[in-house]
Amino acid sequence: MQEMLNYIFSANGLFWVFAALTLLFGALVVANPFSRNPVTSAMFLVLTIISMAGLFVLLHAFFLAAVQVVVYAGAVMVLFLFVIMLLDLKEEERRKIKKAGLVAGVVSVGAIIAIFIRSLLATNPGKELTNPTSVGDTATLGKMLFTKYLLPFEIVSILLLVAMVGVILLSKKDLK
Amino acid sequence: MNVGLEHYLVVSALLFALGLLGVIVRRNLIVIYMSLELMLNSANLALVSFSRFNDNLNGQVMVFFIITVAAAEVAVGLALIVALYRKRQSAHVEDLTSMKY
Repeated sequence: MQEMLNYIFSANGLFWVFAALTLLFGALVVANPFSRNPVTSAMFLVLTIISMAGLFVLLHAFFLAAVQVVVYAGAVMVLFLFVIMLLDLKEEERRKIKKAGLVAGVVSVGAIIAIFIRSLLATNPGKELTNPTSVGDTATLGKMLFTKYLLPFEIVSILLLVAMVGVILLSKKDLK
Repeated sequence: MNVGLEHYLVVSALLFALGLLGVIVRRNLIVIYMSLELMLNSANLALVSFSRFNDNLNGQVMVFFIITVAAAEVAVGLALIVALYRKRQSAHVEDLTSMKY
């Protein structure tokens, strides 16, 4: 018992925990058997993002884990919930599912998974790598952002400004 | 068994497939948009794990930029959905098949 607990709370065990949680919550975003309500999907997306932040911590990307929680689970999902409630979307009424569409979708997704897994098995990307030491903390990433990546950083700020202006324009009442 | 790069890549691939499935199968515009976010996040996970196991922080800076662009993209996309909903009173993709109203 104690051994099992020790394994679960080691880095390897926590990977399995967070990976399982991420995939489970992700599946519940897409196909929830109990509820078709978009709000439920949004809340499960929040949980997916938070368990993914756990995976980021295991990968020593501490800054990105914090940004993931603050920006995605905080800002972006609040925006989603705000829009869902603004539009007052009710429970999706059940319409007839087109069989052909469903089959085509599942087949193409299966094909993509097969391609991914086959290419992973064929290349075995992790085999020649040494033990990693890099740590993505705020100080290191901040230094990179303000030296090597200064120009992209500034361009992204302009992109955010453009997006803001675009959103204001799009949400005007008399959109032409 | 030690958890390595390939484990993270499998999780990322499965998450991407889930997002793709959502985009294809679901028909509520907002849920489709959330599935898109899921796909974007899976790409982020792959980048972070590549960055970690190659001992190179450039991948993490890339993810930082992706998150910023994704935030901007969500704002614009949701504004578009709201504008569309005002015109058509529906967020169901089968009601939104004509290009011009």
